[in-house]
Amino acid sequence: MRFQRPTATTGWWSWATTVDHKRIGIMYGVTAIVFFVVGGSEALLMRLQLARPNGRILTAEAYNQLFTMHGLTMIFLVVMPLGAAFFNYMLPLLIGARDVAFPRLNAFSYWVFLFGGLFLYSSFLLGGAPSGGWFGYAPLSEQPSSHMIFYSLGLLVLGISSTVAAINFAVTIINLRAPGMSLMRMPVFVWMTLVVSFLLIFALPVLTIGLFELFFDLRFGTHFFDPNFGADPVLWQHLFWLFGHPEVYVLILPAMGIVSEVLPVFSRKPLFGYPVVVFSGIAIGFMGWGVWAHHMFAVGLGPVANSAFALSTMFIAVPTGVKIFNWMATLWGGDIRFKTPLLFSLGFIAMFIIGGLSGVTHAIVPSDYQQTDTYYIVAHFHYVLFGGAIFGLFSGIYYWWPKITGRMLSETIGKWHFWVMLIGFNVTFGPFHILGLQGMPRRIYQYAPNLGLNFWNMVSTIGSFMIALSLLIFFYNVVHTFRRGAVAGEDPWDGRTLEWSIPSPPPHYNFEELPVVHSVDDFWHRKYAEGEGGRLVPVVAGGSEADREVSTGDHGGGGHSIHMPSPSYFPLVAALGLPILCYGLIYSTILVIDGAVTLLVGLYGWAVEPSAE
Amino acid sequence: MAVHAQPSEHSTHTSTGLSNAKLGMWAFLGSECLLFGALISTFLLYRGKSLSGPTPKDVYDIPYTSVSSFVLLMSSLTMVLALAAIQRGDHPKLRVSLMATALLGMTFISGQVYEFTRFVQEGLSVRTNLFGTSFFVLTGFHGAHVTGGIIMLLSLFGMSLDGRLPTEKAEAVELVGLYWHFVDVVWIVIFTVVYLIPTGK
Amino acid sequence: MTARSKAWLAVTAATGLTFLLSACGSSRPQDSLSPQGPEARKIDVLFKPVFWIAVGVFVLVEGLLVYALVRFRHKPGREVPAQVHGNRRLEIGWTILPTLLLAGIAVPTIGTIFSLAGKPAGNVLEVTVTGHQWWWQVEYPGLGVVTANEVHIPAGRPVYITLSSKDVIHSFWVPRLAGTQDLVPNRTNHLTIQADEPGVYLGQCKEFCGISHANMRFRVIAQTEDDFQAWARQQIQLPAPPGAEALAVMQQVGCGGCHTIGGVEGFGGIIGPDLTHFGGRTTFAGGMLENNEANLTEWFRDPQHVKPGNDMKIAPGGLPGPSGLSDDQIRALIVYLESLQ
Repeated sequence: MRFQRPTATTGWWSWATTVDHKRIGIMYGVTAIVFFVVGGSEALLMRLQLARPNGRILTAEAYNQLFTMHGLTMIFLVVMPLGAAFFNYMLPLLIGARDVAFPRLNAFSYWVFLFGGLFLYSSFLLGGAPSGGWFGYAPLSEQPSSHMIFYSLGLLVLGISSTVAAINFAVTIINLRAPGMSLMRMPVFVWMTLVVSFLLIFALPVLTIGLFELFFDLRFGTHFFDPNFGADPVLWQHLFWLFGHPEVYVLILPAMGIVSEVLPVFSRKPLFGYPVVVFSGIAIGFMGWGVWAHHMFAVGLGPVANSAFALSTMFIAVPTGVKIFNWMATLWGGDIRFKTPLLFSLGFIAMFIIGGLSGVTHAIVPSDYQQTDTYYIVAHFHYVLFGGAIFGLFSGIYYWWPKITGRMLSETIGKWHFWVMLIGFNVTFGPFHILGLQGMPRRIYQYAPNLGLNFWNMVSTIGSFMIALSLLIFFYNVVHTFRRGAVAGEDPWDGRTLEWSIPSPPPHYNFEELPVVHSVDDFWHRKYAEGEGGRLVPVVAGGSEADREVSTGDHGGGGHSIHMPSPSYFPLVAALGLPILCYGLIYSTILVIDGAVTLLVGLYGWAVEPSAE
Repeated sequence: MAVHAQPSEHSTHTSTGLSNAKLGMWAFLGSECLLFGALISTFLLYRGKSLSGPTPKDVYDIPYTSVSSFVLLMSSLTMVLALAAIQRGDHPKLRVSLMATALLGMTFISGQVYEFTRFVQEGLSVRTNLFGTSFFVLTGFHGAHVTGGIIMLLSLFGMSLDGRLPTEKAEAVELVGLYWHFVDVVWIVIFTVVYLIPTGK
Repeated sequence: MTARSKAWLAVTAATGLTFLLSACGSSRPQDSLSPQGPEARKIDVLFKPVFWIAVGVFVLVEGLLVYALVRFRHKPGREVPAQVHGNRRLEIGWTILPTLLLAGIAVPTIGTIFSLAGKPAGNVLEVTVTGHQWWWQVEYPGLGVVTANEVHIPAGRPVYITLSSKDVIHSFWVPRLAGTQDLVPNRTNHLTIQADEPGVYLGQCKEFCGISHANMRFRVIAQTEDDFQAWARQQIQLPAPPGAEALAVMQQVGCGGCHTIGGVEGFGGIIGPDLTHFGGRTTFAGGMLENNEANLTEWFRDPQHVKPGNDMKIAPGGLPGPSGLSDDQIRALIVYLESLQ
């Protein structure tokens, strides 16, 4: 069987068969933003229900499905894919490569993500969305009323997407750097991507097994988490959090990487303490494996275990703090220009300090006996995940938008977006600290009127609509500048890293000639030389193509003879097999066979097809 | 699954000197370590905790399983021979060794199928108790991995017959070999931890 | 002062003010910041200093950030700044200082972890609490008392609670008296609580346990030693048997299949709470509703409507939905149940 290789370069079919990391990055980003709106709408409904005591907007069942899906959506369908969007688009540009190590695997991971998300959401139409919480504790997760079968299969599929993507990025970073780019000359964002990739490679399998065990209990009658057969429900918690804690570093490190790129550009100084920032990221990655049971302080592991995890949790604050101090030292003594990308990075730092401090208070185990499972915890993780990760990712969006689209977003509208979002965010989540300490548990669809919780809940609901408004402002910015925005040019921010040395948007081969790298911030040093006392002296005619030292290997010649990987059907076909297989596992053996065949045909075709022709 | 990825037409320069595919396979095997680690941990946690029989002592046939373990171990030898053959350009020997590896793997799987069928007849199914649940899922995952490996071996065999596995593509055999050896090592761990270490129950 | 720094100051002041204001206002029965017993105080004594240290760090670090932004903002004519790459002393300093601070906090933390674990000394009252979806089974093994959703304790004495669950994971939280511990099936956990003074202390389940998790609440009622002993004695008395009308309704609905009422034949069910002394309790439906006629009437008309998902399915045929009981029947039930003092 020989099918014609797809060749289209325009039109929707070219997007469906693309293996170009830039297009895949855009697809990841757009899909993630759509899910952000969905997850945000779920949150707005929840806030409407909780605005008053004994709320009657939602039934208990609806609320429980919404909070489960809100958590799953924001973590797996928004923050992780937004990180992946940037890894995809920017990674090759930052290391001076033409594409990632495995372009078809890259496309495959996107399609699996999309189909996994759709599969998970289809549950709303097929008997109800999962309602056992995103953390899925057993034995509740095994009660039929929790509908957790879509949860187990959906996350298994999404895990495949993230695992292969992580392998792809790790190999890309290790193997495809431009000549001269040693590890300690890589941009910090690239380092964070590397750490995140290793975290995913090693953490996802543990969750995979937990999910398989849950799935087998639900579908085939095994007893992994069934107390009636002597099983220990706490096993689920160990498996889940062994994944879950490294996962939170997966969520935050990309944003930290972005902040490390943005601050130097807008302070016009290098990142302070580059090696320390890199090693802190690595340290966080390592130490993150030793803290998982801090999610389980109240489950009864005993004082020795609780003490050990209290210590490890406290000490992981040290490298985190070190990063924050290095960022502040980057700003110190700089020439700070308050453009929108910088505002969002500053918002990250300001909000992450709060979230980090509340996190340290959770490590005080006896205090955590009061804090755990209350809104105080909800405050903490929204400060680090929204105030931190989302603000950091928006910083990246505003920073790299000109490179991706070739146009500038409006600074004025951007500033409105930032301030409305910052204020709205704090009005929404600041009160959660108070509510938690004053007696409001989490995951409750209603609360009694006599508990003194009414005022702050109402305030928080108002704040949530401010956040929604800020997002509308962002979309307005996007639409308004899509055709009318100022043309960006190659280097609108006077950047430091390699992506600013090529056109905006980049040609499909990225670099006409692969650069040879001599230092960190190599592009900056082509533009400016450091005189005595660290003063900058612009290099005469620096940064132009003619003066660049290029590698003798891969020559451009206008890009015509550069050999790029060819488009392919097979990643899409193989990916399609997975949701079919999953529906089959729930409903019908025929679909199982159908899905498996589709998957195998896709994989086989992919395997025998050459990567480029 | 980039295992079968063909090296590109031009030799690609890589920062480490190792091919992308090889690095990718090592990363994948790293994640597989955690996968089997979690399954083995589950098994160990539930050892001795079943509320009802049968227990390992009731069903295990250590001599039998030792033989099938030996068969799998031998398949790693033939795998090494296959790689050596293609590296020195001996394609007939390559095919013989690939087929031998696949056949030994199939023998192992058949042995497991027989063993598990007997367990079920003796009253131990995946639903019976914690032992049945954790044992069958662990060994089942391993068996699925062996089966995947057999499919890859037979694919290589077919490609070689078809003339699509020249000496320049020896790395494909090396990568399948890496995977195969890994699966073998996992079995050694499983055999030791699950079968050999006595539970006293 | 620039517009930007004014904005930052306003935000900080507003935040601080609202935090302070929140200390005043209506009563908060589940406020963990107002401990009323020694166990809760051990936690409070650790948390409050750490909290203020965190506030101090916050003010210092955010303050430095704001200062840097103001001082080093771009001004026209400014040259490109010195390209500083790092400073070893600073790196060492801001690694060691936080480490020492955390080590200082770690010591009392671990001390308190151990102080809260283990059985207390003194004249300890032992109670077992077993979690169900969505109510609490409360037993006093030494006294032979079985009740539900209310934990009576003598004020001033330590109470050592053994916690377990019949179905899913729950969590027992009465913030003014103690932190939480989980109720896990196949495991037993322990929690010590103690109240300084007699009073009613509200609590709630804190571990998500299904559709009516939000409705799984309880009360700890601390009494003087004499009142507590009187209560315990009352709890082991058998009440008068039901009148004909009430009995007829209960047999029609099948109450005895799920509930126990001491001394009444055919009423030995253990799926739902023990009702022997129902009338003496301040709440019902897993601590969710005040025990009064209006609430009970609404409950008996359609329990599912009041508390979604709960096991009380008393429509004809044992189904969920409106019970179909007449107002007279409901009144007879209520009169009987309230007589169970």
